[in-house]
Amino acid sequence: MSYEAWILIIGSMAGITCGVVGCFLILRKLSMLADAISHTVLLGIVLAFLISQSMNGLYMLIGAAAVGLLTAVFVQLLHSSGIQEDASIGVVFTFLFAIGVILITIFADNVHLDVDHALMGEIAFVPFDLVQIGFLPPLPKAFLMLASVLIINLVIIVLFYKEFKITSFDPQMAAAIGIPVLLIHYLLMGMVSITTVASFDSVGAILVVAMLIAPGASAYLLTNKLSVMLLLSAVFGVIAAVVGYYAASYIDASISGCMAMMNGIIFLLVFLFSPSKGILSKRLPQKKLHEQIGK
Amino acid sequence: MLNPVDVKNLTVAYQKKAVLKNVTFTVPEGKLIGIIGPNGAGKSTLIKAVLGLIPKASGEVKIYNKKYRAKDRIVGYVPQRGSVDWDFPTSALDVVLMGRYGHVGWFKRPSKQDNQIARECLEKVGMEGYADRQISQLSGGQQQRVFLARALAQDAKVYFMDEPFVGVDAATERAIIDLLNELKSQGKTVLVVHHDLQTVKDYFDDCLLLNVETIASGPTEQVFTMENLHQTYGGKLAFLEQGKMMVEQK
Repeated sequence: MSYEAWILIIGSMAGITCGVVGCFLILRKLSMLADAISHTVLLGIVLAFLISQSMNGLYMLIGAAAVGLLTAVFVQLLHSSGIQEDASIGVVFTFLFAIGVILITIFADNVHLDVDHALMGEIAFVPFDLVQIGFLPPLPKAFLMLASVLIINLVIIVLFYKEFKITSFDPQMAAAIGIPVLLIHYLLMGMVSITTVASFDSVGAILVVAMLIAPGASAYLLTNKLSVMLLLSAVFGVIAAVVGYYAASYIDASISGCMAMMNGIIFLLVFLFSPSKGILSKRLPQKKLHEQIGK
Repeated sequence: MLNPVDVKNLTVAYQKKAVLKNVTFTVPEGKLIGIIGPNGAGKSTLIKAVLGLIPKASGEVKIYNKKYRAKDRIVGYVPQRGSVDWDFPTSALDVVLMGRYGHVGWFKRPSKQDNQIARECLEKVGMEGYADRQISQLSGGQQQRVFLARALAQDAKVYFMDEPFVGVDAATERAIIDLLNELKSQGKTVLVVHHDLQTVKDYFDDCLLLNVETIASGPTEQVFTMENLHQTYGGKLAFLEQGKMMVEQK
């Protein structure tokens, strides 16, 4: 497959998996926690590398999921002991991230693991980093990572759809009917963690937040159904990746940067023009009503 | 006969401050019970502690003489309307369907029958015409009815309702109280956190007067007295004047 095709496929897969997971973050008002986790997974990756002495994707996913969950647990602990949630997030996230940065500079200086790369990612190199598994032809590592994570995320969401839905809408009622609210919360945090790691190589830790939050935020403005929101969010993720790639080649700029920017542009358009919740559509009927009453 | 709700020496604390202290009461079956007390009396906390949503510092809660377990599905819960985000992308019918989730089991979707039950419950609260309406497009009273329909869909024996009458219009209030009486006539027990002292005598068979501790509990005509209200509300005069009128009226 061509270089271009791989980038489009990998970008789109990151768009889908981030978009779907991101919807639940938005509905649970956890966008900032995603930001935190997208940074602290760096520590997980470094630890996985130091312990396994390899850049094996599986170890990275495990390390990231562990530290991502740890982030969520620490935030929860601080919050429940009376510290404001945003402050808890700020403290936990910078602390764990800092440890990650320190470990990288001490131990892992000589490998393909540097802070810049982790933060910014570079999808342009992704098609060259191939691995061979079994009888399959050599495939880009990022593709295999994203494919696994995408499948894991989709399976979890399909299996626990009603649990995700009710714990997002009304956690008290959910707990009262015996749904393990905290477990579902940590499950989601685990999904965010592995999603972030899988998207790391391609878009980096900072821009992955754009892919997690923006498509869901756009979809939220367009529909009143959760299932449609998930679907739309995935579609926006793909559009942003594809259009972003071509925009990047046209203006010769960072591909991941353009993909993230497209997410922002899509959101802006929806924000303005959404038929039910857009700024313009909210204004127009009021004007009409005003005229009708005037008659 | 088994008591639907039996609470002994329940104490709940946030950090060091006791929100509920040694609360003890029992509730007879098939009655409407008002939980009455000033702001900060621990009324919502009591419900949450009984349902195991927040940890107890000490004490014992029995539902039909057994420790409360969600999977027994005998308790229905109506949280305060303001506790959820009504902009959530879902329809009225979908919210009612959530009442069936406890019956559905892991990995399964609500069945056609669950859907049917949810529709019937919407009908019982007079909201059948709004099944597909997005919940943010409903009025406060309609949202409260949807919450009640969801509780009905749980098909429980004991219901805990947290301020179902707050912010609803007179018609909805009437509809809710009719529904509560219907539940009662089916032998169900309904505990309602209630604020409006004027209607206590009309609505409730029994009362629990609460202010961190149990002030009184029992049949309304016995416990809804000026003296008990005085104890419950302390020096809050506006309430007391109103309460005095209510007590003397009957």
